[in-house]
Amino acid sequence: MYDLIVVGGGPAGLAAANSAWEKGLKKILIIERDKELGGILNQCIHNGFGLHRFKEELTGPEYASRFIKMLESTGVEVMTDTMVLEINKEHQVHVISAKEGYRVLEAKSIVLAMGCRERTRGAIAIPGDRPAGVFTAGSAQRYLNMEGYMVGKRVVILGSGDIGLIMARRMTLEGAKVLACVEVMPYSGGLMRNIVQCLQDWNIPLYLSHTITDIVAKDGRVSHVTVNKVDERRNPIPGTEMEFDCDTVLLSVGLIPENELTRAAGIEMDNRTNGAVVYENMETSVPGIFACGNVVHVHDLVDYVSAESERAGAAAASYVLNTPAESPVTPVVNGDNVSYTVPMKIRADRIEKMADVFFRVRNVFKESVIEVKCGDEVLQSFKRDHMAPGEMEHILLVKKVIDAAQGRAITISAREA
Amino acid sequence: MKELVCIVCPRGCRLKVDEESGFAVTGNSCPRGAEYGKNEISHPTRVITSTVRLQGGLYPRCPVKTDRAVAKEKMLDIMKKLNAVDLTSPVHIGDIVLENCDGEGANIIVTKNL
Repeated sequence: MYDLIVVGGGPAGLAAANSAWEKGLKKILIIERDKELGGILNQCIHNGFGLHRFKEELTGPEYASRFIKMLESTGVEVMTDTMVLEINKEHQVHVISAKEGYRVLEAKSIVLAMGCRERTRGAIAIPGDRPAGVFTAGSAQRYLNMEGYMVGKRVVILGSGDIGLIMARRMTLEGAKVLACVEVMPYSGGLMRNIVQCLQDWNIPLYLSHTITDIVAKDGRVSHVTVNKVDERRNPIPGTEMEFDCDTVLLSVGLIPENELTRAAGIEMDNRTNGAVVYENMETSVPGIFACGNVVHVHDLVDYVSAESERAGAAAASYVLNTPAESPVTPVVNGDNVSYTVPMKIRADRIEKMADVFFRVRNVFKESVIEVKCGDEVLQSFKRDHMAPGEMEHILLVKKVIDAAQGRAITISAREA
Repeated sequence: MKELVCIVCPRGCRLKVDEESGFAVTGNSCPRGAEYGKNEISHPTRVITSTVRLQGGLYPRCPVKTDRAVAKEKMLDIMKKLNAVDLTSPVHIGDIVLENCDGEGANIIVTKNL
């Protein structure tokens, strides 16, 4: 019987396991389906990770290695090349591997840290042929940076998320011609620094309010794509067609938390985040099962994933070492201009002084105010100079605010100042 | 006068840099923006991250980076030099695989233990 089983050995799983060990759990297991720890960081060879956490700019593998090194000084067990097939409310974990076959492991607590997956061509329904040469940006990144395959020579990128922007630069550095980055929204979903360093540095045009309307194949490979301008309802405008001769299309059109295991276990889900509903300590609706990182909600920075996952690991330790009593619950809901909150529920007696709340706003704001309300009463407020949907917001709710709500819902909203 | 967007923080100030008056910066909200604007116009630099060949490791490529920012115009030249690098496992974070890649003292170092 394990004290804790962590599903996933990426940044979330690593931080959760380290933190649970530090808080006194002794028998901890990380299960990872790939052949090494580190998760997606292994293919993110660009720099910019760790500015908050380590006050320096690290590459993805360097950031992962800091946590792997910490883990090496603990007694945490690691199973790589092992797939979790099922978990259940009784804290059983069904795993399979080529080496050990099929086994059912048992744990006092579980941390879900499976991360997220990229949206694919199927998810956004691009018309046209179905040839080779259409990749998600992340799979192209793995081919290029880890496996050593160049995926194409003339590239069009659909979507301006950060992975797409990073791959525009990466492919260019390796000698490909990136013809265009095409974004259906009137603004980019990526960080400004990536627009500058990945597109502008290399004179790659960014077409906002445009989308790919046709992919044409020749001999089984992409031969060209058609791009149209779109109207404000994102419908292609006839007569605005542009053709690009390319052999490759990379998709950077969003990430979806990977929650098949969570759903199958009957854990309550949130349809705004596509992740589990979580309490203030990252516990799910099933006692003793926690979730953290991109499997809960997609983060902008790995630094925030690590911090959140350390809270989840510590909470798992606390659950195992001193089984908590039932507590009254205060719901947290999104109000005007806020698209979701994490956590969705807070138990006032489980927090010491403050509760972390993360959320995203729906629009771009300059001088603005975040308000925490119960009914019409403003209980706490925060000023911001700048907010955008692409940047996750973080506030600390003080305990007395949660106490004041007396179990009624707390609403988080945003408005121009 | 050149215009650019500051990338020091998410605020994205629109800077104007006057090359004729000692790279004076306007439009910035903080001193860091002024410094960024001046450097970006007078001497833009970037950290290069890429991969090199690796024999006998878990993967056939090993990620590397320049240990400091190098002049932007030297990036493609340095990328060519990386094609000649051939490593053999084991390698460790911080190992120097190419010294003085830019002629100004920047080294290429390993960024993963493989």
